[in-house]
Amino acid sequence: MTDLATYNFAYLDEQTKRMIRRAILKAISIPGYQVPFASREMPMPYGWGTGGVQVTASILGPKDVLKVIDQGADDTTNAVSIRAFFQKVANVAVTTKTRDATIIQTRHRIPEETLTAGQTLVYQVPIPEPLRFLEPRETETRKMHALEEYGLMHVKLYEDIARNGHIATTYAYPVKVEGRYVMDPSPTPKFDNPKMHMSEALQLFGAGREKRIYAVPPHTDVVSLDFEDHPFEIQHFDKPCALCGAEHVYLDEVVLDDKGGRMFVCSDTDHCEDRREHGHAGEMLARQEAAE
Amino acid sequence: MGAHTEIHASAFAGAFTDPVFQSQSVFRALMDAMARPGTITPLGATATPPAPLGAGAGAIALTLCDDGTPVWLTNALSHSSVPAWLSFHTSAPVTAVKPEARFVFIEAGGVVPGFDQFALGTQEYPDRSSTLVIEIASLTGGPEFVAAGPGIKDETILSPKGLPDIFLTLWTENRGLFPRGVDLILVAGADILCLPRTTKLRRREG
Repeated sequence: MTDLATYNFAYLDEQTKRMIRRAILKAISIPGYQVPFASREMPMPYGWGTGGVQVTASILGPKDVLKVIDQGADDTTNAVSIRAFFQKVANVAVTTKTRDATIIQTRHRIPEETLTAGQTLVYQVPIPEPLRFLEPRETETRKMHALEEYGLMHVKLYEDIARNGHIATTYAYPVKVEGRYVMDPSPTPKFDNPKMHMSEALQLFGAGREKRIYAVPPHTDVVSLDFEDHPFEIQHFDKPCALCGAEHVYLDEVVLDDKGGRMFVCSDTDHCEDRREHGHAGEMLARQEAAE
Repeated sequence: MGAHTEIHASAFAGAFTDPVFQSQSVFRALMDAMARPGTITPLGATATPPAPLGAGAGAIALTLCDDGTPVWLTNALSHSSVPAWLSFHTSAPVTAVKPEARFVFIEAGGVVPGFDQFALGTQEYPDRSSTLVIEIASLTGGPEFVAAGPGIKDETILSPKGLPDIFLTLWTENRGLFPRGVDLILVAGADILCLPRTTKLRRREG
């Protein structure tokens, strides 16, 4: 911090941090309610996680250890650039290990490893309003939340069933928080929805372009919307991870060649690497070793 | 002249010595305490505001208040150097109109007005409500309440000492307004205990 041209700690000025911090406290007090905030221009385009970055910058301290994931991976573009950003503007310690992190900023996944009480999960949110594609007017959706009028969302899920025989929503699957607010969990796969329920960790959501912050405190009811005869279900995979053999985790499909070859691997790279270090092996990993 | 200078001196001193990091650590304590209602949490830093405002409440004011947050003060606070101190260090305007206040400060032993006199937010914008910072004698040793709600695993016991007898009634009414309502930050010395509007309280039976 000897360079005169340096930024304030964690890039944002103190007045902006205070404004965001006040929004975060109100968001925690009203779980699932979207608090408007004066989102700032960040040195990255909207859609790259400016909401999550502003939330992280406002809560981050010098003792924190930061992990950033993009679709579960620590080594993809968005994760690498945001991690580098905070190393540069806050000189903060970073990690890829879920259990070592105090703040995890995420784009569209919740880590497979169960989060603990000292951790805060910060989501990057593109469209915070779960009713937006059903009702484009903000004045109307605000009234619907005020009156707890969520019939339209159930109609949408019902139409899914009428057309497809099942609820076809697979990501950004709407949840009800503490029996009151319907909330968009951000475009995480519905596989992750049950992890939000009664989590030990604090969950904060930042939408930069849409200028909203919302939160789910620890030990809070988060229930995926469904019907008695069509209960909520998460995705199931036929095969375990091809590299670490993990079952009951979320898998990504990787196309291997132009002859139909493909593999399914953990989307959570840290979970997968950790398992391999502990001697677990999937069929593709075992084949590679046999060839050596 | 001597007394006059003294008041001003106390209004200029006593802020954070390292504002960026001290306000970050106070905020993290507030965030953790609000996310885990009833948990006694040490503030990471304190300030030395003029009496009768306490060190913890002063640190909270420095962390959260600025020119965008009208502040309501009790009679005792507004007749001390506290308005000048707040104004000098945070630029927060002091208001006498309770529903305009974003933050409310009540010194230990001060009269706690009814919560419904402050901003409760609207059904459309429940976040536009006052946050009350109430200093009390101690966060333990008072009448016992059982707390439940978001942020609390099953139930927790809290026993703040120095709240008015009518507190449980006021709080139950506030809870009944959800999603509207005020949020409380109870302060004793450098420790806090938060009660967001979602927390349900009942008296602990014998």
